Amino acid sequence: MSEKFTLDGQEILFRAGQTIIQAAQDAGAWIPHLCYHPEFKPHGSCKLCTVTVNGRHMASCTTQAAAGQVVESNTEALNGERRTLLQMLFVEGNHFCPSCEKSGDCKLQATAYELGMMTPHFDHFYPSRPVDASHPEVLLDFNRCILCSLCVRASRDVDGKCVFALSGRGIGTRLVVNAASGRLVDTDVAMDDKALSVCPVGVILKKRRGFAVPIGERTYDQAPISEVKE
Amino acid sequence: MSAPAKKKLRVATTSLAGCFGCHMSFLDIDERLFDLVELIEFDRSPLTDIKEVGECDLGIIEGGLCNAENVHILREFRARCKKLVAIGACAVNGGLPAQRNHLKLAEILEEVYHTSPGIAQGLIPNDPELPLPLNKVHPLHEVVKIDWFIPGCPPSGDAIWKALTDIVAGRDPELGFGLLHYD
Amino acid sequence: MSEKNAVPVEVLSPILKRWRNDPSALVQILREVQESLDWISPPVIDALTRALKLPYSKIEGVAGFYSFFYTRPRGHYRVLFADNIVERMAGSAALIERMCRNLWVEKGKVSEDGLLSVDTTSCIGMGDQGPALLVNNLAVPKLTEARIDQLCELIRGKVPLAAWPAELFAVDDNIHQRGLLLDHALAPGDALRAAQARCAWGGAGSGPNALVEALRQARLRGRGGAGYPTALKWESCRNAPLAAGKERIVVCNADEGEPGTFKDRVLLNTQADLVFEGMTVAAHALGAKRGFLYLRGEYRYLLEPLQAVLDRRRAAGLLGRAILGVAGADFDIEIHLGAGAYVCGEESALIESLEGKRGTPRNRPPFPVTNGYLDQPTVVDNVETFACAALIAQHGGECFAGIGTAESTGTKLLSISGDVARPGIYEFPFGVTVGEVLAACGAVDTQAVQVGGPSGTCLGVAEFGRRIAFEDVPSAGAFMVFDSRRDMFEVARNFTHFFAHESCGFCTPCRVGTPLLKNLMDKLANGHGSPYDFAEIENMNHLLRQMSHCGLGHSACNPVLDTIARFRPAYERRLSNQSFEPAFDLDRALAPARQMTGRDDEGAHLSIHCEEDQ
Repeated sequence: MSEKFTLDGQEILFRAGQTIIQAAQDAGAWIPHLCYHPEFKPHGSCKLCTVTVNGRHMASCTTQAAAGQVVESNTEALNGERRTLLQMLFVEGNHFCPSCEKSGDCKLQATAYELGMMTPHFDHFYPSRPVDASHPEVLLDFNRCILCSLCVRASRDVDGKCVFALSGRGIGTRLVVNAASGRLVDTDVAMDDKALSVCPVGVILKKRRGFAVPIGERTYDQAPISEVKE
Repeated sequence: MSAPAKKKLRVATTSLAGCFGCHMSFLDIDERLFDLVELIEFDRSPLTDIKEVGECDLGIIEGGLCNAENVHILREFRARCKKLVAIGACAVNGGLPAQRNHLKLAEILEEVYHTSPGIAQGLIPNDPELPLPLNKVHPLHEVVKIDWFIPGCPPSGDAIWKALTDIVAGRDPELGFGLLHYD
Repeated sequence: MSEKNAVPVEVLSPILKRWRNDPSALVQILREVQESLDWISPPVIDALTRALKLPYSKIEGVAGFYSFFYTRPRGHYRVLFADNIVERMAGSAALIERMCRNLWVEKGKVSEDGLLSVDTTSCIGMGDQGPALLVNNLAVPKLTEARIDQLCELIRGKVPLAAWPAELFAVDDNIHQRGLLLDHALAPGDALRAAQARCAWGGAGSGPNALVEALRQARLRGRGGAGYPTALKWESCRNAPLAAGKERIVVCNADEGEPGTFKDRVLLNTQADLVFEGMTVAAHALGAKRGFLYLRGEYRYLLEPLQAVLDRRRAAGLLGRAILGVAGADFDIEIHLGAGAYVCGEESALIESLEGKRGTPRNRPPFPVTNGYLDQPTVVDNVETFACAALIAQHGGECFAGIGTAESTGTKLLSISGDVARPGIYEFPFGVTVGEVLAACGAVDTQAVQVGGPSGTCLGVAEFGRRIAFEDVPSAGAFMVFDSRRDMFEVARNFTHFFAHESCGFCTPCRVGTPLLKNLMDKLANGHGSPYDFAEIENMNHLLRQMSHCGLGHSACNPVLDTIARFRPAYERRLSNQSFEPAFDLDRALAPARQMTGRDDEGAHLSIHCEEDQ
């Protein structure tokens, strides 16, 4: 590990094959992200982790680190663009934090705090997305889905199933479950599935756990997301 | 030579489709209220009981828009206030009232006035005095230009204090870690 | 399982058998299932999960992606009118209304008796003979009121499509100017024999290949619009390491989805042998055994004629085993159809679709030349590129390079539509000016030309001296002409609708940004746009360009940016004098409450503009 690139002027060492975000995380530098998770194959869809590499916009989760790259991330311009992406995610779904069990543990919310998002800015889509409460142990509230596909990847790559998948297209893209009925209870999901524990927002919730940790004492109440180790 | 006394900012506040929680939280700035009244004076507000909004420097609005009256008041504020602040989750994204948005208004009225248990021969109120509900609840920025936002349900007294002191000092309000909340 | 939900095994079995129960043929299987059963029902998906050993969610995900697949009943006759701006200019809206009125059906919905649905779709490649529609994916061009009435009669009479008069489905070639490609004198097999004379088939491994060298000499660049040097692409694929059990793949991209483009339709209808021969030349250069033609679903009617050409070539020893009698020269071509997804024209999305998946563009690198179809080295080239390659194999690179400009050699097929006297196909040497093209097709009083479709460039009068060439105005072939009667804002608005409809939904900026952009343009169109909204449009353009995953998002704002730059008054005319306008129609938002309460007094309405403001 001797090759390096610079991230916002700081030298970052990397191993061959690492992406920019992996090398940055190893070096303790935070690049905002939502669909990226170190345990899963990068997806590159949320675009929050976009940086400039030698002046070009690139998703840092899918761009290989290379010696001599000049990477910029924490700039006003990029953070402004990221804020706009967050605002898009907020108006695309129905995100009502005060009534969401994930509040305080939600990566969408915490990232928006970190980037100083004061308003969703755009006109809301207010889509109609019924919840799925069919399963005795798990609630699915699709209103909050940001289509990061982490549950899809976890189910496929770790659990060896396909409990979750994306269907639809464009603004109509939606999360579906593996059953003709469309109900989680009719799928092959198991309570120890990795897929049930990776949702960055409040879509996949275990039932009867509400407020086990009080509001105010949750993950991102304690420290900003940029300082919380993943 | 003493500096001329700085003119106080004239501020109006109101609650639309909200719960007055943001106003209650406003009061949570506690003893700093004394500092605040050195900087601002209140026009129309639940705190003053003035009914008509006058010419103001700042309008602070809690709650989203769920009916025609909300829209009228918001427009009045926009017309009379130089700057508008949307305060609280409902004003910022519709909040709790907007959770009715996936239901059809007709179905809601049916349920409430016709089919709920205990309702006998219910009628949907049609008194012209009553404001008609909008088919969906909307946040303020979808109807008028909003200059600043203070999210939170409600924003804490500290957050309100920070935002107001920023505004009074001529800065865009910024709420850092611990103050910026959507819940 | 109830009687109603019984799966017609007699329908599924032959389809599955034809596609070898191969899950990577899922898109083709779903298409054939729908052709037989009108829609893809849950019990059918359930049956497919067992036959293909695919999870339900995966099949539902794929079926839900393509706009020609229906997971809810859509009627026995599914009518989709082309909704490109050119069709609109030709009066499609009135024809849609006429059909809906005639058949008592609401646009976008299924008729109450379940007989039919009428809706719109993106451009179907009939811009020179529109308005046009698809009925169960078969094109009916040259629509008139009389023709609409005729279609209505057939539908009302429940006449099976196979019994409809053939002339309804007759598509014209409309070739007005021929060159190199459309005027060649090659017989099937000529170019292959020439290729064989240049070098031995395959010649695996590194080292120069005479065919690749000929392409290099010809300086052939991809005709899909991006203009990547074809020799470089073939060489990279040729040199890509091959893992055990893997092979090289040749793919012809006939997913001609860019609105206003139809030259591949004409090439495939008139020059199919040349195109297949070009693909076989590629197989010769790469040592590939397997090829695909990915044909857009809108050209479904070409499937059988193209299959017949392939059969003829097999019989003539030009395809299949031991081509030209050369041992080991084995190559065959399979045709896959798309199903209404413009994004599949992007090569990696196309490969995903070929593999039976949702057509989402891949992260690159790796590129298809090393990791393409089923992770194998794959060359994806445009229909026209393969036709050129066949000619180059025959005549050599030098002669080809002598035509066109230094950086853009050869000729370009242009699909000309819109306000011209003679719409259709024109073959010009690269370097032709826009003005020369306009003169050739009989355009008068032209105000603007959209070159290369919505993702291309909009040119105004001052730019008609510019040249169609990679170094100036590149084009995949679309050339839409607008005379001074046309409202260029409406043109751009139509294109924003197109991009919002075609966004694959993978990345945030494009998934959410294209509908936001569309909504903003609609707001302006409704007279409720303020300077604030105009600024929002400009911000959205910036974000889409910087942050999107693929070319669709990058170019989704082009038509808006171009028309703002050239036809700004068309926008300004629509801006209200208010500094800010509500996001929605306030008075209409009270309509449901008015209806429920029976009120219509003054307090039951909201004015568009703030009376407190006046």
